[in-house]
Amino acid sequence: MNKTIKQIQLGLAQGDYSSVEITRDYLTRIKQHNSSINAFITVTEEQALQQATLADQQIAAGQSTALTGIPLAHKDIFCTDGTLTTCGSRMLENFRAPYNANVIEKFEAEHAVMLGKTNMDEFAMGSSNESSYFGPVKNPWNTECVPGGSSGGSAAAIAAGMAPGATGTDTGGSIRQPAALCGVSGIKPTYGRVSRYGMIAYASSLDQGGPMAHTAEDCAILLQTMAGFDARDSTSMEQPVPDYCAALNQDLGGLKIGLPKEYFAEGLNDDVARCIDESIQQFTKLGAEIREVSLPNSKIAIPTYYVVAMAECSSNLSRFDGVRFGHRCDDPKDLEDLYKRSRGEGFGEEVKRRIMIGAYTLSAGYYDAFYLKAQKLRRLISQDFAQAFAEVDIIAGPTTPEVAFKTGDKTADPVSMYLQDIYTISVNLAGLPGMSIPAGLVDNKPVGLQLIGNYFEESRLLNAAHQFQLNTDWHQQSPEVK
Amino acid sequence: MSLKPEDVKNIAHLARLAISDDSISDYTRDLSSILDLVEQMNQVNTDHVQPMAHPMDAQQRLRQDTVTEVNQRDKFQSIAPDVESGLYRVPKVIE
Repeated sequence: MNKTIKQIQLGLAQGDYSSVEITRDYLTRIKQHNSSINAFITVTEEQALQQATLADQQIAAGQSTALTGIPLAHKDIFCTDGTLTTCGSRMLENFRAPYNANVIEKFEAEHAVMLGKTNMDEFAMGSSNESSYFGPVKNPWNTECVPGGSSGGSAAAIAAGMAPGATGTDTGGSIRQPAALCGVSGIKPTYGRVSRYGMIAYASSLDQGGPMAHTAEDCAILLQTMAGFDARDSTSMEQPVPDYCAALNQDLGGLKIGLPKEYFAEGLNDDVARCIDESIQQFTKLGAEIREVSLPNSKIAIPTYYVVAMAECSSNLSRFDGVRFGHRCDDPKDLEDLYKRSRGEGFGEEVKRRIMIGAYTLSAGYYDAFYLKAQKLRRLISQDFAQAFAEVDIIAGPTTPEVAFKTGDKTADPVSMYLQDIYTISVNLAGLPGMSIPAGLVDNKPVGLQLIGNYFEESRLLNAAHQFQLNTDWHQQSPEVK
Repeated sequence: MSLKPEDVKNIAHLARLAISDDSISDYTRDLSSILDLVEQMNQVNTDHVQPMAHPMDAQQRLRQDTVTEVNQRDKFQSIAPDVESGLYRVPKVIE
């Protein structure tokens, strides 16, 4: 069975092994399995061992903190000073960020160890990890299937035992959906909870970083370090960070859980629905009260999301111009040719599609019909949640409509891929925290249970998920990686 | 909503993306189907609804107008495709 971060903390504290030893174990595991899973774009072996050596010195000196010596993987969207940060794109194939993301700084300050940078859909645009320039990631449960996306490399690395925890980012489900498909736990915090500084932007009003790990308890440990105000992110929220671990053991007696009827309607796979029903029964046994709620505007969440996300991405990705950093075409004949060919060669198909839709919806005369309309719908979607949270403490439902699908199954039709995010997207539009935890297996492929909380109520989600995991063993299941 | 190949060429130009002539028909089909999906937004009436730019309607934070960055020109330019004497080089813009 894979070790949890909690267990590694204990192992290091008791001297069962050193950080160097446990780091070597993970590096060995990466060497064994990365060629078949493709979860890592860059493995930072030398740096990891240096950091582990330093961490062991800190531990010996009695100066360790929660994450000292813990090996972790980082999604290749977080800028890391001196090592490659590719964002899964040819555009940034050789990009060495000149600074660290806030999240990376925080892990370094605690002397956590970085194993490497994980594969992802190009610029976080995708739900299957097939759009990476560095090749698709394979699902460790079934290598013919996708791991989900866009944080698919992080999810697959954890599921395959190549890292005990990892960072991810979630714009429309990119932490929760791959966590569900790979059988791991992951939380997308409230918008503004984790700094976006140094996290390469896709859709700035939706992007949020968060942790992924085997358990909710490990997510709490990681989020404790990641969360907090950062003046360098203009939308970072000045909210105190509660003690997430302290809240894990609260009793769930009287917790009111809402089931949105729209999340159990047509389109949800029957076997997935059965697993979710069983999970809800488990919560009932733990003392929770279940009631139905309604999120009537869920049906327009996907078109709303794609208008907002594509408009913001076309704006954000205009910085990649072949001048200051990133890919530049050979022999440009003039400045326009330099821009057009550098971007045409540097970006993959899905990124180009999204930039073009964004450019179209923001072009003269179309703003009101698209972006402004989407922002109004965003208000309605957000109000649906506010009404539901007037009656319940958390909302529960499936993370995805089906388990992991086969690689190549949905690449021919972009819209069929977009529909994978039907249950996760509204949460980003409303800016709420959401998490996914393992809740069953269908055809030996994991099912994810999604828990959604009110603003800044990550503690409540982690608490509910932890209590669920104390009474179930889905999070302890691991695939036989070949 | 259905786009024409000329629309796609114009959008690609606006977005400064070189796309090959062979791929125009694929983009035309894919972008049109995405816009069909987007059209579903019109099923919901949004008269008198305030647009939402930030989930918690937070205001932009302001700061003192003071220098906070240090000069790191050499470090930043070390990753640039083409620099000379501290300047970024691009093809001639003005004849």
